[in-house]
Amino acid sequence: MSIISIKQLSKTYASGFKALKNINLEIRAGEIFALLGPNGAGKTTLISIICGIVSPSSGEVLAGGHNIISEYRAARSKIGLVPQELTTDAFESVWSTVNFSRGLFGKPKDHAHVEKVLRQLSLWDKKDTRLRALSGGMKRRVLIAKALSHEPEILFLDEPSAGVDVELRRDMWNMVRELRESGVTIILTTHYIEEAEEIADRIGVINGGEIIIVEEKTELMQKLGKKELRLQLKTAMTKVPDDLFDYNLNLEADGTELVYSFDAKQEHTGIAELLRKLYKKDIDFKDLNSSKSSLEEIFVELVKEQ
Amino acid sequence: MNFNSISAIYSFEVARAWRTIGQTIAAPVVSTCLYFIVFGTAIGSRMGSIEGVSYAAFIIPGLVMMSLLTQSISNASFGIFFPRFSGTIFEVLSAPISYFEILLGYVGAAASKSLIVGLLILITARLFVDYNIQHPFWMITFLILTAVTFSLFGFILGIVANGFDQLQVVPLMIITPLAFLGGTFYSIDMLPPFWQTVTLFNPVVYLVSGFRWSFYGISDVSILTSVSMISLFLVGCVLIVWQIFATGYRLKD
Repeated sequence: MSIISIKQLSKTYASGFKALKNINLEIRAGEIFALLGPNGAGKTTLISIICGIVSPSSGEVLAGGHNIISEYRAARSKIGLVPQELTTDAFESVWSTVNFSRGLFGKPKDHAHVEKVLRQLSLWDKKDTRLRALSGGMKRRVLIAKALSHEPEILFLDEPSAGVDVELRRDMWNMVRELRESGVTIILTTHYIEEAEEIADRIGVINGGEIIIVEEKTELMQKLGKKELRLQLKTAMTKVPDDLFDYNLNLEADGTELVYSFDAKQEHTGIAELLRKLYKKDIDFKDLNSSKSSLEEIFVELVKEQ
Repeated sequence: MNFNSISAIYSFEVARAWRTIGQTIAAPVVSTCLYFIVFGTAIGSRMGSIEGVSYAAFIIPGLVMMSLLTQSISNASFGIFFPRFSGTIFEVLSAPISYFEILLGYVGAAASKSLIVGLLILITARLFVDYNIQHPFWMITFLILTAVTFSLFGFILGIVANGFDQLQVVPLMIITPLAFLGGTFYSIDMLPPFWQTVTLFNPVVYLVSGFRWSFYGISDVSILTSVSMISLFLVGCVLIVWQIFATGYRLKD
């Protein structure tokens, strides 16, 4: 069942910039969905529209079955948002700002729940501290606490790991998994493949305002997890030797570079075997390097596939 | 109506005033009292009464009005400008509340704060000057109507403003001069005929005149004109706010 349903959503800003182009996307209830894309791909615009901060130019969005514009009360009360920027009131205390968020979202006072959220995020002993006295990581925790204060069914985390240390990232991912266990749907944006890989059930790739692909993580990672081995040959070759045909090798740079693509996820990558064969055939090389395809390369490849 | 949300915004704004009580409440009360001491008791004792009212008592309604105007505008404009400036407005925009409820929270809180300041000034004035209130109902009506109207005006200013300097300019450079020239310290009858006509274009004249009438039964313009003018200004502000919300101007892209 879809908890968020986006149909033909487009957004053109007043400046004429087309941030989103005809987006169609279904988010399933109870999943962790990662929206992966480079900076400026439209991730934040998409989230901002669903949350009611930016007006769509055309298209329709349902959150929890409610239209985000005509039934905005029902839709928004289900949603919690942790923004990318660390926007907090400098002079408020942690306790008052989190209680404010709960009230703002129409929920009656519940100090026990707010305390639980603050304890979960290791903020309880900072509850009387003013926000301006907190570090960036602590402010991030406060923003998460504010979003969770009103018990949302859908949680958006916009670039949650920006400026976050290892410890907080680990805590955050643990919390995200716990929330998923309790039935909360989580949508996070990131421009790190590793991050999407670590936490998500499904991944959508967005680039230039368009959703390029939406896949189960395992399937996508197979596509994205390619590595390349480049061998700089001492003497150029005119063609790949016939008995190395099975490796799907490519000759590049006027025959001076032999390129082997392999799946880094597989136990048997075939590198050792290939090198042994080259040695036997007296094919000598000056240098070698292996590299994972970069996000940009992946995007180029995904766009090409379309 | 989402009362939890309105109350959250309202309490947040009132708490902010409480935290900065020296600036939001004590400062306007103290500075207005200086006027009572200097113009009322010191200089006023050497001046004749105006239409049977001592000079010290004559200036009280105008001074209360002046404070009410500047406080309403600065409270409301700061209340909405600051979240816009710091970015925390995202939370208000993403909350399940209507624009009307947002307005009730921010403008209600700003109007309450300036009403408290106005009442405190009236109470403090009693320590220095003897005055009476002939029409308490109208006195309260004028106070509330003015506080709400100019808080709405402040809200508009807070949305339109591009920086803190612009927030300061309107109360200091526009409202204070208008209040000084709007009959706070003199009766319009005292002016030459030409300036009497010019003064009628000053909206503050109608506020001060109507408010003074509720105290002493004397006014520069008829009470009906005063009420109509302030109501007209209120409707104007409501229409502008409605337009801002309908288009999302400066709030939503």
